[in-house]
Amino acid sequence: MAEQVLTDFIRALRSADVRVSTGEAIDAAEAVKLIGYADRQRLLDTLRCVLAKSPTEKEAHDRLFDLYFSRQPVPQSEPPAQEDSSESSSEGEGPGDLLDLLENGDETAIAMAMERAGQEAGLQEIRFSTQVSYYAQQMMKSLGIERLEGEMMQAFRERTEDGQAYAEELIEGRKEMFSRAREHAKQAFETYGAGATLAFREDVLAETALTALDVRDLGRMQVLVQKIAKRLAVKHSRRRRKKNRGQLDVRKTLRANAGFDGVPFDLAWKQTKRDRAKIVAVCDVSGSVARVVRFFLMLLYSLNEVVPDIESFAFSGRLEDVGDTLATDDFAAAMDKIINSIGMSSTDYGQSLSDLKMNHWNTLDRRTTLIVLGDGRSNYGDPRLDLFREAAGRVKRVIWLTPEGESLWGSGDSELPRYRPHCHTMKQVTTIKDLERILDEALSRYQ
Amino acid sequence: MTKTGYETLTSIDAITAGLASVGYISTREISTAIYLAHNLRKPILIEGPAGVGKTDLAASMARYLDISLNRLQCYEGLDEGKALYEWKYGKQLLYTQLLKEKLGEVMDGAGTLNAAFDKLTSFEDLFYSETFLEPRPLLTAMQQDKGSVLLIDEIDKSDEEFEAYLLEVLSDYQVTVPEIGTIRAQVPPLVILTSNNIRELGDALKRRCLHLHIDFPEAEREQAIVRARVPDVSDALLKQLVDFVQGLRDLDIRKRPSISETVDWARTLLLMHATELDEEMVRSTLNVLLKHESDIQAVDKDVRTLARAAATAT
Repeated sequence: MAEQVLTDFIRALRSADVRVSTGEAIDAAEAVKLIGYADRQRLLDTLRCVLAKSPTEKEAHDRLFDLYFSRQPVPQSEPPAQEDSSESSSEGEGPGDLLDLLENGDETAIAMAMERAGQEAGLQEIRFSTQVSYYAQQMMKSLGIERLEGEMMQAFRERTEDGQAYAEELIEGRKEMFSRAREHAKQAFETYGAGATLAFREDVLAETALTALDVRDLGRMQVLVQKIAKRLAVKHSRRRRKKNRGQLDVRKTLRANAGFDGVPFDLAWKQTKRDRAKIVAVCDVSGSVARVVRFFLMLLYSLNEVVPDIESFAFSGRLEDVGDTLATDDFAAAMDKIINSIGMSSTDYGQSLSDLKMNHWNTLDRRTTLIVLGDGRSNYGDPRLDLFREAAGRVKRVIWLTPEGESLWGSGDSELPRYRPHCHTMKQVTTIKDLERILDEALSRYQ
Repeated sequence: MTKTGYETLTSIDAITAGLASVGYISTREISTAIYLAHNLRKPILIEGPAGVGKTDLAASMARYLDISLNRLQCYEGLDEGKALYEWKYGKQLLYTQLLKEKLGEVMDGAGTLNAAFDKLTSFEDLFYSETFLEPRPLLTAMQQDKGSVLLIDEIDKSDEEFEAYLLEVLSDYQVTVPEIGTIRAQVPPLVILTSNNIRELGDALKRRCLHLHIDFPEAEREQAIVRARVPDVSDALLKQLVDFVQGLRDLDIRKRPSISETVDWARTLLLMHATELDEEMVRSTLNVLLKHESDIQAVDKDVRTLARAAATAT
C-alpha cells in the first residue's frame, strides 16, 4: 500500500515534466522508510529534496504534493483498522457497494470506496479533461450502480407511495454519488493529467505555422520559446577549448617540465580554441514576415547565454539598428514599437543593404553568422547583389530564412533565386521548430 | 558531549540544534536534507543565489561534528591532477638519483641483462606507491578515519569532463588510481556540492544528489543570523536593519545584498553607535550593502521611504 502511494505520486510527477529516474524513486522509497508518513510537513521536505532538482521542479512538486496527499488516505504501518470495520459492517460482497454507502452515509467509508473505485477504473491513466465524465461513469460501475438501479426500478414497479419515495431518494443519492465521483476524477486529472495536456498542447504549438497563431497563443508561445532557448543553451554551452590529443605542444611541455630537469613528465597537447558565436540578424519587418521575425528575435534574444554577441537590424524601406530597443524586459512591447515605426514603408532590399554597408559594415567579421529573414520581395528595386556578395565574403556563414514556400521563390518581385547562390543555406521557416533547427545548425558550426 | 562525529546526527531536530550551537541558523529544509544525506549516504547539491550561506553550511557542519573539512574550489580547467591525486614527480626523480648507486650494487650480482631486468622488476612498485602519492582534496576526504565534510564549491564553474570524474567519487565513495588500485573510503564523507547556476549541471550528477535550494532568508531567520554573529546589536536596530535589507532585495538592482553583507552592515552601524536607522546614516553606509555604483544610484530615491518604513514598523 505504502509503495503504491509513492509510485503513483512519482507517476504524477513524471506527467508534470519532473524527471524522476528509477534510482531516484528507490532513494525516495528509502527516505520515506526513514521519515515515515506521519508528519506531513516532513514528508514534503523529504520528497522535494529527493525528487525535485530545480526550482521549477520544486514548484511542480509542491503543487502536486498538495493535490495528491490531500486525498490519499495516509497509510499506517499497522494494517488500517477502520477499513476492516467498514468492510465487515457491509454485507460481505463488496464493501463499497453504492446502496450500503447510501444507507450508512459514513464519510470515511465513502472516501475509501471512491479511492478503490478510482483504482479499479484505472484513474491514474487519465490524460485529458474530457475524460473526467467517462472515468466517473467507470467508477460508478465498479461501485455497483447496477444494483442500485435495479433496486430503484423495483421500487418504482411497486407503485406504492412508499416505494415511490424510496425511489426518489435513491435517485437523489445516485446523483450525489455521481457528482462525488466526478469530483474525484477531476482531482485525479489535475494530479496526473494536467501536465500531460500542457505538454501535448505545447507539441501542437511547436508545429503550428507562426503566421497562423492565435493571439491567445502568444503568451504560451513565449513559454515555449524559453524552453527551446534553454535546450539550445544546454547543448551549445559546452566548453570552448578543445584538446587536440594527437599533437604535442613542445614549447608548453618544455616549459611545464623545466622543474624536472627537462624530463617530460607532464605532456601538454595542442589545443584549438573555439570561436565565440556571433550572430548578425537582418530582418524584414514588413507585412507577412513580421510575425516570423517576432519569434525569431524572441528566440535569438533568449539565447544570449550562449551567444554573447547578437546584433540585430530591422528594415523595410531603410535599415536601422534595433539591438538597444530589444534589450529590455518587455520584449513584446519593444517588438510592437519596432514593427510600427520601421515596418510601415515599402520594402527596399537594395537600400537596406547599402544602409548596412554605410553604417554597420564592421559588425560583419569572420566569426559572424549572418542571418537574413525576409521574403526577398523588393518591389522591383535594385537588389544590390554586389553588396550582398561582399557581405557573404566577409562572414563565416550566410543563412536566409523566408516564410514563403520554395515554389513561390522567384515569382513576381521575389529576388530570392538571385540571392541564393551567395547563401550557404536558404530555407523556408513556418514553425518555431524550424527556427530551433536552423539556430541549432548555425551554432553547431562553432564547435 | 559523549557522542562525537556522525553519531550525533540522530534526528532532524538534533541537527538544527547542533548547527545552532556553532552559530548556523538552520531551517527545517536544510536540516532535513542533511539528515537524509547522512542516512541515505548521498551527496547534497545546494543551489541558490550568492551569499546565502551555502559554503558556510559545510564549514558549520564540520565544526559541529568536529571533523575535518576538505574543500575543493572548482574553476574552469580543473582536472583530476588537482582534485584527486598527483604523483610527486620531483620526489620520485630525486629518489631515483639518490638510489642510483644503491641500484648499481643491487644489480651487481646479475650477470646477464635478463637477470638484471628480473631484479629490477621486483622493485618496480617502489616508485608508484602511496609514499609518492600526493592526495588532493577528494582523496584526502576519502582517507579520513573519523569521516569528513567534503565541500565541492561552485561545481558549475568546472568543466563537464570534471563532472564525469566526480561521478565515481560521489556514488561509490571511492577513487581509482590506475597504478595502485581502488581506494575506498572507510567512513564515507558527508559531501556538499554548491552551485550558483552559471551553467546547467548534467542530469547524471543531479540524479546522484539530493537537491537543496537555499534562498534569501525570511526576516525572522535573518534577524536570528545577525543576532548570532553580532550579539551586541540592540533589538530595535536589528529589526530595523533587517527590514531595510529585506526591502532592498525587492528592488530592481544588479546584485542583491547577501546575508554576509547584512552582518557587515550591522557591525558598521554598531561601530558608528547607531541606536536606530536614520536616512543619513543609511546613505553614508550604503556602500557596505551595495557593491555597484549603479545600484547605489538606483536605490537613491527609495532610501528615504525604505528607511522610514523600517523605522516606523517597530
